[in-house]
Amino acid sequence: MTGRGFLRDLAIAVALLVVLLVLPTVVPHPAMRDFVIYVIAYGLLAMSLNLLVGFTGLVSFGHAAYFASGAYIFGLLMQSGKFGIPLAMLIAIGGTALLALVIGAICVRLKEIYFAFLTLAFQMFIHSIILTWVSLTGGDQGLMGGIPRPPFLGIDLNNGMSLYVFCSVVFVVCMVIMRQVVQSPFGYTLRMIRDNPHRANFLGVNVVRMKLAIFVIAGTMASVGGIVMALFVSGAYPEFGFWTTSGEAIFMIMLGGTQLFIGPFIGAILLQTLNHYVTIYTEHHGLVLGIVILVFVLGLRRGLADFVYLWFQDRKTKQIEKEAGR
Amino acid sequence: MLKVENLYKAFGGVVAMNDVSLDFPAGSLTAIIGPNGAGKTTFFNLISGHIRPDRGRVLFDGQDLVGLPSLEIVRRGIGRAFQVASIFPSLTLRESLMAAVISHRRQSAQIFTRFPLQSAEDRVAEIMALLELTPKANIESRNLSHGDQKLLDIALALAMDPKVLLLDEPTAGMGSEERWQMIDKVYRLWEAEKMTLIFIEHDMGIVFKIAQTIRVLKYGAVLAEGSPDEIRRNQDVIDAYLGTDHHADPQPVEG
Repeated sequence: MTGRGFLRDLAIAVALLVVLLVLPTVVPHPAMRDFVIYVIAYGLLAMSLNLLVGFTGLVSFGHAAYFASGAYIFGLLMQSGKFGIPLAMLIAIGGTALLALVIGAICVRLKEIYFAFLTLAFQMFIHSIILTWVSLTGGDQGLMGGIPRPPFLGIDLNNGMSLYVFCSVVFVVCMVIMRQVVQSPFGYTLRMIRDNPHRANFLGVNVVRMKLAIFVIAGTMASVGGIVMALFVSGAYPEFGFWTTSGEAIFMIMLGGTQLFIGPFIGAILLQTLNHYVTIYTEHHGLVLGIVILVFVLGLRRGLADFVYLWFQDRKTKQIEKEAGR
Repeated sequence: MLKVENLYKAFGGVVAMNDVSLDFPAGSLTAIIGPNGAGKTTFFNLISGHIRPDRGRVLFDGQDLVGLPSLEIVRRGIGRAFQVASIFPSLTLRESLMAAVISHRRQSAQIFTRFPLQSAEDRVAEIMALLELTPKANIESRNLSHGDQKLLDIALALAMDPKVLLLDEPTAGMGSEERWQMIDKVYRLWEAEKMTLIFIEHDMGIVFKIAQTIRVLKYGAVLAEGSPDEIRRNQDVIDAYLGTDHHADPQPVEG
């Protein structure tokens, strides 16, 4: 393991965790905690989707399927009363990995729009299973009766602050994992595939296998988002696996940007903030959202984080050129 | 070393490769020339496993490569650079080469280590030095000059430690001076690495100057083969391709 890069990322992760933990004392309003947990859940969905969209060039329209799978498996296990939270989480993550493996094995062989459509089709398939298997999932009512949160290792997640700290830690751990994935040789192999799959293949890269691997990793990370969501709302709903949820994740990526690792998370913050404030003033929040997306796409032509990043890059290059010109 | 036997490929009614048999001894430097549509690139595609021949064999160290996936063929030691530089636009030159070397060493799936791998630095530096690309290591590939992109394409192929290197028009789209610089690098590369090198080239000046052996393709068949002197005097080649103006003239001529 090459140490320096990893240690630096770890330091940033710890700093992020500290910020998250201090935030509720700076802004003591309980709505702040709720907001952050919400952003964490959707942030994980968007960031894991960006492993596919931004780093591998695979535009999946069905990513929410794994978000829902995580939430439902976790919720059902907890409702059965036979599992503790950590074990239920592990099984939900593992189960979703298996699901992503099966779906991915079929999808990643296809290219571009066909890949996008097939992932969407599988998501609709899972969504309709959730809707129709009423005896297991509660159908369109969702998992009813709440999800119990039995204490484990002295942690009681029924306490609002404990839940907040737990979600923050889970989130930062997932960030570190995803960061390691994209900065590893595997992560750069994904970039090769994104840039030029044909050439990558001629350099001995097994493109299908690599795509499948990242598809499964992205799915498992999305499932963690789903689990956080299920814990937070104490339930699971079919909308988690509806195509609009995948659409929202794509919006977040568009708002935040694909180039920077942190971009989609910034997108998640932006979108949730927008949703929050716009719904206060108008019912037509879709209209406002659409206009904002249009401004980003047509005006900035990229996500906010990318825009700022490229602006700095540009300045740096100009400075170097100026110094070289002297 | 590399040998093709009775290679045949038709696309619909068009015969792109018509019973071609050729032998490339180890360490040889061969140019493949021929008019447009003669099947030169198809020939490379058939060897590298990109297209499957209808009939015939591609023997590499005595083993038939036909039917193997291109992935496997490249791993056995047949590297390839492309007519239009096939690179990774958003990676820097160094990153591209590092990723290629890592792939060659079958470390592409490593997830617990950090890119770049220390163990691959030496090899990357070596390849960059060989093609004089070291000063451009940190430039994003999309911002490299056309000539450097072509060099990077060759460098990527080199990362696979090929025994046979196929270069599809290494000088395509370059000015006359740039071409000679390019071919000079290719020639020195061949000398240094002692590999079997096969290149497609339109510039007759270059071909006659550096190739040991020239193979002339026309309508998917071998029209002639031999040393530069033999080809220059071959009446069939003069009639079909070279024309009468420049048969003995080693000046660069547009193909």
